[in-house]
Amino acid sequence: MRQPAFAIGAALLLSLAGTAGAAAPATRAVDIPGGRFTSVLPVAPGVYETVVPAYTLDATAVTNAQFLAFVSTRPEWRRGTAPALFADERYLERWAGPLALGERVAPDAPVTGVSWFAARAYCGAQGARLPRWIEWEFAAAADESRTDARADPAWRQRMLDWYGERGGRPLGAVGRDAASYYGTHDLAAGVWEWVEDSNALLVSSDNREQGDPDLMKFCGAGALTMQDREAYAVLMRIAMLSSLEARYTTRDLGFRCAGRKVTR
Amino acid sequence: MNGSKTLSTAALAMALGLAAMLDAGAVSPPTYPGDSIYLLKVALTDQHGTPVALDRYAGHPTVVSMFYGSCPHICPMLVASTARLQRELPEAQRDRMKVLFVSFDPGDTPALLGEVLEKQGIDSKGWTLARTSADEVRLVAATLGIRYKQLPDGSFSHATILTLLDPQGRPLARTERFTDPEPEFRAALAAATAR
Repeated sequence: MRQPAFAIGAALLLSLAGTAGAAAPATRAVDIPGGRFTSVLPVAPGVYETVVPAYTLDATAVTNAQFLAFVSTRPEWRRGTAPALFADERYLERWAGPLALGERVAPDAPVTGVSWFAARAYCGAQGARLPRWIEWEFAAAADESRTDARADPAWRQRMLDWYGERGGRPLGAVGRDAASYYGTHDLAAGVWEWVEDSNALLVSSDNREQGDPDLMKFCGAGALTMQDREAYAVLMRIAMLSSLEARYTTRDLGFRCAGRKVTR
Repeated sequence: MNGSKTLSTAALAMALGLAAMLDAGAVSPPTYPGDSIYLLKVALTDQHGTPVALDRYAGHPTVVSMFYGSCPHICPMLVASTARLQRELPEAQRDRMKVLFVSFDPGDTPALLGEVLEKQGIDSKGWTLARTSADEVRLVAATLGIRYKQLPDGSFSHATILTLLDPQGRPLARTERFTDPEPEFRAALAAATAR
């Protein structure tokens, strides 16, 4: 008879945890008007310019507290419960427990150690979605005063400095960097971020290559015809995301959502 | 002993029931192992227009892949090569191998999917060519580790990978050489269908 009582007790605890977690501050989304944009990746053979439709993007990455609120109400996404198919064995490993952040994980820091499946489920539960790569790239092209600052070496340097800085240092609160022209934070220097089409980035944009049996699995070498040697700061992001399977997690990889309604 | 065992079984059942209640709206019931592809719940429609799930062939060894109906070269080759793999099995084993291909193209109609099989002279028994929404296509592809993207002209650039699943939906073997799979893949298929 003890076990059901225990289970009910645990259920009560879980629902309390859910209530507590739900108090995490909501994320603000910002409008990004979109427009003509030159990507570092070709959209078609030799074509880099495209028109990005208007969208909304979260101003900041999803935090530990926010993700805790999510798993509190969605048991199937808890560490230890989420199946290996959707999250590898390091899923949320820095948290003290499936429903506890612990001392060394700041509630207002970006959540990391989440798989693409988990990130996607989180955004879906908010009525949102993961941004597509082109949307991430478009927003990240802005600095504090310009919509496209990529020609400025200072813009590139900021991204490169972040690559150099990473390495074991604890993640700080989201939104510490100055707001961009659009009102986003930390795109250039926060965490690596999942995108909806992470597994499409290095797929060749020339489908004629499919006719060659030696190219039936794309290595992406052809896709990475850099149109601009200076683009490598962004290409490092692409290389990183492309190297991951959707179930993988890493300590520096988080996400933000897109498509959320902008509250005014 | 017996009494307490019954009691703890009842307790376990209650706890599971409670867990199931808490789990309302969960991705999937815990009927498959954690690495089973069948844990992914997506709404597919087959070549007959029938709604089916990814686990429609659970209980049988199944070859899964992705393709699209209007694909000019690779996809017909994929279908033909898979049919050949099936024909090359000992006769008694052929029917035990099931085939489930999911289209990259949400615009593929059941009629078009049916034509793909017809053109190759494939009896559609034990074969499913299915379509689903763009959202679910990405989930299926991520689960199978198949990279793809849609190009501006509406066609798809994609990797072509055959995965052999065990009756529980766990991957047994994979090949990117679908026109001429490695001996390991053939051996795994022969062994899985021999049981």
